[in-house]
Amino acid sequence: MHELQVTEQILEIALKHVEGQDVSRIVNIHLRIGDLTDLEGEWIQHYFDYLSKGTLAENAKLEIEQVPIVLACEDCGAHFKVTKHELGEAKCPECQDDEPNFRMISGREYTVMNLEVV
Amino acid sequence: MNEIRLIEVKQDIHADNEALANELRQRLRKEQTFLLNLMSSPGAGKTTTILSTISALGDDLRVGVIEADIDSMVDAEKVAAQGISTIQLRTGGFCHLDASMVKRGLEGLDLDNLDAVIIENVGNLVCPAEFDTGAIKNAMILSVPEGDDKPLKYPLMFSVCDVLLVNKIDYLEFADFDLAALRQRALRLNPTLQIFEISAKTGAGIEAWADWFRREAGAFLSS
Repeated sequence: MHELQVTEQILEIALKHVEGQDVSRIVNIHLRIGDLTDLEGEWIQHYFDYLSKGTLAENAKLEIEQVPIVLACEDCGAHFKVTKHELGEAKCPECQDDEPNFRMISGREYTVMNLEVV
Repeated sequence: MNEIRLIEVKQDIHADNEALANELRQRLRKEQTFLLNLMSSPGAGKTTTILSTISALGDDLRVGVIEADIDSMVDAEKVAAQGISTIQLRTGGFCHLDASMVKRGLEGLDLDNLDAVIIENVGNLVCPAEFDTGAIKNAMILSVPEGDDKPLKYPLMFSVCDVLLVNKIDYLEFADFDLAALRQRALRLNPTLQIFEISAKTGAGIEAWADWFRREAGAFLSS
């Protein structure tokens, strides 16, 4: 639902990084997005195509690398992956503690990693 | 054909919003104003909870309200009718508030005469969780009719909040709602989450929640 605002940020960040450089256009934008976020890649591309018209990023392809949610069990130290919807009922596969205490290692990423330009 | 080159960026998409949110927190510290961001789905009882909270706080704290609504003034009028300083932000279709909108809201309130401000965020359990508003603490309401499975559907919201208010507990007897299961699911997402069971309508549990508010605001204002 907030894809539009996020897409504006992606475009702004990309254009800022090619400013003053010898770049004729941006071909690919590589993003890392955590699985806990609710962004839909298809919509981001759709909005991006609309917003980027007439800029150096027009026709650029967004390549989204989804980052899995990884939890660390504070009781036994194990690291394990879960899906977004398993989170509220997650159990440590190692110690199986009934009252687990987890720390999130990854899953909330929202990063523009790099640009491929010509 | 031109050769493709790589430009390293490694920049967080939310970096600008987070920088502004941190700036707002510094300003709130200087202005001595505690800011609470209250989130929930539409109809969970944000406005009623805000009114009963402010009433329970009595003369202890002077509280203002920032009302965010996609395109109406209904909630702001209800709050202002109680003599509470209120500013209405029309988000114009936006599904959440971000730090720049909250900044505008704070500028419209007389912070010299307020100890605390409550943001009534846009009714939505998805988007508001993604955007730091600059608030000192975040709270969410889940009302009994919505069901105890919401932590499974909206995990991010439950993991970014300091407080969960389980509202409309007067409906418990009519609902198939498992409070123990809700607690367990929410605490798995967020082990430090404070949970209060309330009914904004009957006033049940409001005192305990208002005590938390008083304590947190007091700690912030004296720090």
